[in-house]
Amino acid sequence: MRDFIDAFVGAAPQLWDGTVTTLILSLGGAALAFVIACVLGLAAISRFVVVRTIVRVIVEFFRGTSLVVQMFFLFFVFPMWGIEWDPYTTGIVALGLNYGAYGSEVVRGSLNAVPKGQWETTTALSMSWPLKIRRVIWPQAWALMIPGFNNLLIMLIKGSALAGFIFLQDLTFVTEQLRRTLDTFTAFGLGLVIYFLISLICSYILRWMELRAQRRLGLKEARKPRTDKALGGAVA
Amino acid sequence: MSWDWEFALEVLPELLSAFLRVTLVVTVVGSVTAAVLGLVWAIGLRSLPPVPARALTWVLDFIRMTPLPVQLLFLYYAVPALSPLQVGIIIIGIHYSTYMAESYRAGIESIPKGQWEAATALSLPTARTWRAVILPQALRATIPSLGNWAIAMFKDTPFLIFIAAPEMVSIARNIGGNTFRYVEPFTIAGLIFLAASYPTAILMRKLENRLAY
Repeated sequence: MRDFIDAFVGAAPQLWDGTVTTLILSLGGAALAFVIACVLGLAAISRFVVVRTIVRVIVEFFRGTSLVVQMFFLFFVFPMWGIEWDPYTTGIVALGLNYGAYGSEVVRGSLNAVPKGQWETTTALSMSWPLKIRRVIWPQAWALMIPGFNNLLIMLIKGSALAGFIFLQDLTFVTEQLRRTLDTFTAFGLGLVIYFLISLICSYILRWMELRAQRRLGLKEARKPRTDKALGGAVA
Repeated sequence: MSWDWEFALEVLPELLSAFLRVTLVVTVVGSVTAAVLGLVWAIGLRSLPPVPARALTWVLDFIRMTPLPVQLLFLYYAVPALSPLQVGIIIIGIHYSTYMAESYRAGIESIPKGQWEAATALSLPTARTWRAVILPQALRATIPSLGNWAIAMFKDTPFLIFIAAPEMVSIARNIGGNTFRYVEPFTIAGLIFLAASYPTAILMRKLENRLAY
């Protein structure tokens, strides 16, 4: 037990650095993904066929070509075209684009799920587009989209484990290094538990935000069960 | 750096063979594993007494909320006797079984209570109730969602690069490293993913509409 504690104390600084790298990538990626998801999601319900088609192509492209390929493309190919980013930017952009595309489907689905009468009412009141989205549609769609974002955030955090391949020393990288000083089970046990805690905390925060959004709509009691359709739809 | 068709055609066979021999094998065997295990978890969650069921929920959450690469590396180092391909199939299968369990659970919960009560009234044994009454109805709603998870799994197979399995994207990266031409291998790998996953996703959407009541 003493040996274990000593080993753990010795490993703590490395684990901390790895955790910080993972958090920077995850939170940066999530912030970018959220912006992209909102923009693409709103554009996906545009009146103009051209806009909708362009969004469709972008979304299907980023959902279809695998995160790993995209990250490698940004990291290995872009510098050859003279676009050189530091590894953090590369990681955040890759995560943001990929999960932003998935997220836009969540946003689109939630906007479409707002009852039609709400849309018609805003038209009847001749509200401008920004006003009706901001004051009427978005607050209702927001409560619907958080569960979808929750799933995607967990996936994004897990996807950040790829960072080692673009020369960042994230938690996965550190875990593999620690295997040499600690034993396999301890090193991976620690790594997995830290990842689990990060995911769990993020997931609780989003659940709290969901409850708050529902309370503001006066829906606190009527919590909808997580339907698998929303889950599966966000992934396909 | 511009696109070189000759080089692209030169690397295409190697990438395709890696795709067929590793990526596709892991996806197919992994999906079947995940579908079977997922069903076991879902039935377990419903049939087990509260305390073990709660424990199972935590285990499934733990697997679902920790990254595939760490799990892959863990099994890879913990059981050196397994080949990278075997590690990949086992871990990807288990990882996605936790997602599929949720799909099954939703399908099983969508069965009206009356069906269970009718089975009890007819004094059907539990196994027969599941096999003949509940599952045939539940699976109908579940299959498209399982397909979507299989597509997600397919796009996660490049994570096998962590344990040096000769998977398509690792091969593409090796080719790039040796020749300093990354454009063609990565573009082809990306397009192969898109070409395989997009039509399947559309198929699943069609299936979903057809199977819906």
